[in-house]
Order: sequence, then C-alpha cells, then structure tokens
Amino acid sequence: MAAHGNSAASAPSAAPRRLATGAAAAAVIAYALITLIPLLWIFVTGFKSPPDSISYPPKVIYRPTLEGYVNLFTARSRQTREYIDSLGPAATWYDRLARKRNMVITGPSRFAGRYMNSVIIGFGSTFLAVFLGTLAAYGFSRFRVPLKDDLLFFILSTRMMPPIAVAIPIFLMYRKLGLSDTALGMILLYTAVNVSLAVWLLKGFVDEIPREYEEAAIIDGYSRMQAFVKVVLPQMRAGIAATAIFCLIFAWNEYAFALLLTSGEAQTAPPFIPVIIGEGGLDWPAVAAGTTLFLLPIITFTVLLRNQLLRGITFGAIRK
Amino acid sequence: MAEIRIENLNKTYGAFTAVRDSGLTVRDGEFFVMLGPSGCGKTTTLRLIAGLEFPSYGRIFLDGEDVTANPGSKRDIAFVFQLFALYPHMNVEKNLSFPLRVQHLPRRVIRDKVAEVANMLRITHLLKSPVGALSSGDRQRVALGRALVREAKAFLMDEPLGALDAEFRDLMCGELRQLHDRVRATTVYVTHDQVEAMSMADRICIMDRGEILQVGSPLEVYARPATRFVAGFIGSPSMNFLPAKGGLPAGADCIEVAGGRVQIPRLIDALPGDQALVGVRPEHLSLSDDGALRGRIFAVEYMGAKQLLTVDTACGRLRLKAGNRVKAAVGDNVGLNFARDSLIVFDAGTGVAVKSALHDQRGQPAGHA
Repeated sequence: MAAHGNSAASAPSAAPRRLATGAAAAAVIAYALITLIPLLWIFVTGFKSPPDSISYPPKVIYRPTLEGYVNLFTARSRQTREYIDSLGPAATWYDRLARKRNMVITGPSRFAGRYMNSVIIGFGSTFLAVFLGTLAAYGFSRFRVPLKDDLLFFILSTRMMPPIAVAIPIFLMYRKLGLSDTALGMILLYTAVNVSLAVWLLKGFVDEIPREYEEAAIIDGYSRMQAFVKVVLPQMRAGIAATAIFCLIFAWNEYAFALLLTSGEAQTAPPFIPVIIGEGGLDWPAVAAGTTLFLLPIITFTVLLRNQLLRGITFGAIRK
Repeated sequence: MAEIRIENLNKTYGAFTAVRDSGLTVRDGEFFVMLGPSGCGKTTTLRLIAGLEFPSYGRIFLDGEDVTANPGSKRDIAFVFQLFALYPHMNVEKNLSFPLRVQHLPRRVIRDKVAEVANMLRITHLLKSPVGALSSGDRQRVALGRALVREAKAFLMDEPLGALDAEFRDLMCGELRQLHDRVRATTVYVTHDQVEAMSMADRICIMDRGEILQVGSPLEVYARPATRFVAGFIGSPSMNFLPAKGGLPAGADCIEVAGGRVQIPRLIDALPGDQALVGVRPEHLSLSDDGALRGRIFAVEYMGAKQLLTVDTACGRLRLKAGNRVKAAVGDNVGLNFARDSLIVFDAGTGVAVKSALHDQRGQPAGHA
C-alpha cells in the first residue's frame, strides 16, 4: 500500500497521520502519568511529617520537612520536656527536628547498613551473573559443546518455576551450610537465579557478532582469549549493559528470599524498609524516604546506560 | 615471503567431506587463485592453511616448516575476509595497527608502518575515521592494509571482492594485482568468479566437491582443461560438449560425432570406454557450408565485436562465437566447422580429458580464433 499510495496520497493523508501520532503520544503520556503517580506519591510522602502522611483526606499541599529522612537514618528515644531542656541547645538541624517531637537521637538507624547490604549483594550478584553468563554464552555460541541444546534447555529450565518454590529446600540447605544471613549466601543465590537469564540473553548477542572478527584477531597474532577481550567484549557492550540492568533489577528488588534468609547481618533493604516502625505504627514518611533512596541507584543506572539499553533490548536489530 | 605446501589434506565434518586428499604447492611470491563453485572446499582449504580450522588428516608446510598443528596466531599469515571483518569499535588507524600492537613494537615503529601502508593504499586521509563510515571500497583497502602492515609470510584472501559492486570490483581487481606485483607476497586468493581468477592469477587451482581437479596457468586451464568439469566451469559462454563414439586407440586422429567424422588432435592415450564427449569452445566453431555437422540457428545475440549464435544440431544445442560480419539469421540452415587443433576428447564415464597432441604444445594455445 505504501508503494503506490505514498506519493499520490501523501497530501490528504498527512493530516490524519499527524492526528494518529498525536493520539498515540497522548495515550503514552497518559499511561506514563498513571504509572508514575504511585512513585510520585512515595516521593512526596517522604517529605511529609508523620501526622500529614496519615491525614484523611490526604494532603496535597503541606509543609515539606526532612523528618522522614531523619527518622529513616536515626534511632530516637522519647524523653520528657524537662530532660530535653536540660541538654542545652541542639547541636544540629536534625537534633532540632527530633527534639521538636520530644525525641532525642540516640544513634544511627540500621538503614545505612541494610542499604549497603543491598548494594553489595545487588551489584555483587549482578557482576557474577554477567561475568559467568558472558563466558558461558561465548562458549555456547562458539564452541562445539557436547549436549549443547540440552544444557541450554537445562539452564533455561531453572527459570520455569518461581524461584520461591524452592524456598524451603534452600532455607534448609543454607542453614546447614552456614550461608543463612550472609552476604555471600545471598550473592550466590541471586547469581544462580540470574545466570540463566544472563546466559540466554548474552548468547543472543554473541551469536550476532560474526566469527570473522575473532578469526581476524587470531590471524593477526592474538590468542583466543585476547581476541575475546579485545574484539568480542567491546562489541558486546550493549548486550552486557542490558543484561546487567535486568540482573540488577531482579537482585535489587528481590523480597521473598531476602525476607526468608536474612534477618540481621545480611538483611537487604527490601525486607527492612516496609517495617520501619515509628510511634503508633509504621513511620510512613520514613518508609517513603527509604523507598525513594532505594529507587535511586536503579534509576541512575538505567539513565546512564539508556543508550546501550535501547540498543540491547532491540537485540541488535539496528546493527548493520 | 614463503612457499605454501599442502600434502594429502582432508577435512571432514561428520559424514561430509569438505576437502579430499588435496595436495598442492603455492610458489614463493605467486598469485595463486583457488576457483570453484560454492561448497567445493576452496574456502575450507584456505582456512586450513590459515589455521582457523585443523585438518582431519594431512599436513601443511609453510616455507618448508610443518605448521599443521600451529594455531592461526602462530603461523604469521595474513587473511582478508570476505566481509572485511574490520573491528567496528576501532577507527581505521587502530584497525591497521592492531596486528602490530600484539607484537609489542615501539609506538614509533607502529606509527611509521601504518603510515606507509596507508600511503600505499591511498587511505591516509581516512586514518581517523570510524570504519562504519567508510565506503565498501575503502573498507576493502583498510582490510588489505591490515593484512599488508604485518609483512606476513603469505596472504590469504577469501573472496575479498565479493562484497563490492561490479563496477568497483573491476577496479579493485586491477589494484590488487598491481599491489601484488609491487609487494610480491605469496597470495592465495579464493573466488568463484572465473573472470577474477583468469585476470589476476599466476596459477589457478580448480576445485569441485572437495577435490582439486587441475592446477595450472590461466592459459593452461582454459586451453587444456583436465576434466569435463574444468572445461565447463571455465570460459563464458561455456564449452560445448558433443556426445561421440568412444573406443579409440592411441594415435587416433578422428572421432565419430552424430554419424559424421570430426578431426581431432592425435590421441596420445587410448580411449577405452565406448562413450566419449568432444569438447569445443564457442570460438572454435565456425559457420561453413561444407561443415561436418549441420544445424539450424535458434538464436542470434549481437555483442558488438562478436555475435553469439545458438544452433540446434543432432548433437544438441551448440553455441558459437562468430565475427560480427557473418550473416546469420534465426532459422537459417548452417554447417558447422570445428577448429581441429583445439578440440578435446573426454571419457564420458570418468569426465577425464584424454591426453592428445594438444597437451604436447606446452604454453602455446592452440588455434585461438
């Protein structure tokens, strides 16, 4: 239709087409707004005071405060007015903020530690999964591996049930092995879940890279490993970036295993944030503040790699 | 620069034999072309020489040294790939210097060598360009440059002009041959294009189904093809084959074709089988009223200097090249004459050419029209 309709019909069809584009854009914008509202609400709640956060009807206009963030990062105890007055003037702005509510900051909360756990476990398992996945994908793509198809299917089959289905055996195994509540245990677990995804995604990318590049490098005097590092890896950048984001998102957001297997030392942020208790129940501004901070790394990572990601997700369709 | 020798080379993939019992010697400084239809094993042979594949059986010598077990990175051979395989994440200069960087040469030496090769190939102005932005001709030059820069023992080229458009291919054909004359590097060039092969090669090796059928100069393989396949593959339009009566003794000098007798170069070997084929190139047939074979013109293609006639005869449809002044029209009844000295007799069963006086005239093409 385009072939014969194009030149003749271009003038009359231009207006409807512009209308269609406009409608499509409007739909996308509306969809984006709808999905962004909960995120926006979380972000906004982080700057509310505890009474504002639970007021009904919800307040849209309010006095922003950093109380949520202070509560997120500190442990406090309630004291009498007389005691607080006897302490002398507050040393810092966050002390002042706490004292307004008859609280004294007694030390840092466990949030920073939990957040660091998330960073270590999230990035650690992502690195491992992508590293192992890259090597495995290259091997599967380039070498004659006995039972290749069966192995690939086996790797994929580990994704065929929800990971949590094996929660109880893993819980028992980890207790026996002493891996419960350790960062290493969580890294291994998330790596195991992610590596199948990584192998399959990355194999697609390696398959798209013509072998001639490596062969040229080998002829040029490089070993296969050098050829892999100097010629194949740079061309896999987009694929590796896309895979890394998928792995990181899974490991970062994983909740069920973290809840089950970690309680103290190695607890990640997801099971910690929703149970931040304030006076008289959940401290919603602190929960919202924690969630906001929790979202930041993924957003940053994705924005930084968005070009690679776009190219990666289209699976080389743009490549010549 | 070096001589390449392969002995008894075999390569099988499961039940499929890609290369069978190949043996040949590429002389030092020679431009050697391997020619054959796709799937004939020429590229596999090239990759075996390069060390990108390893033979199932047989040996490969480079400059007299047995390199059969050496990986490609240890053979000091340069390879130009069909699709050039320029590293897309590097610019032209980095591509050219890539083979040198692994040798840990001083930076200054690398720069000088790259500059020299770039100058020779006239791509100096492109050194900083990303390879993605190059035209196919420039890509071709960069690929050649990357092969040249290392001063390897030999150059292997796998259909390097296959990705270029026809007009440019002619140009690069000439450039490539000139470059070879200047550098004098042992070159093995794989192609399925007989025109490329004939115009560039010192010697041509023709392969089919994994076997080497003939090795010789372009003139030799054209004038004295060793088998029916070689005869049919080389030359355009291709050679005519006329069924003839076999059972000839050594010394025979005529053969029975469609009931008539046709003079042939005196046979040196006997032709025992009772089925034979007489091979005659289109330019070795001429129109003549008292010709041995009669037919009716089926088509006339005027080609400027020549015209190509298709004639239906008792021996099937034959093609002949006639001068542009010969009067011929579709439907004419004509007689055909054979250029006796240039005819080749094949054993119809085996397809092998029977040795005749033609094979004695070393270097002299018989009866070129």
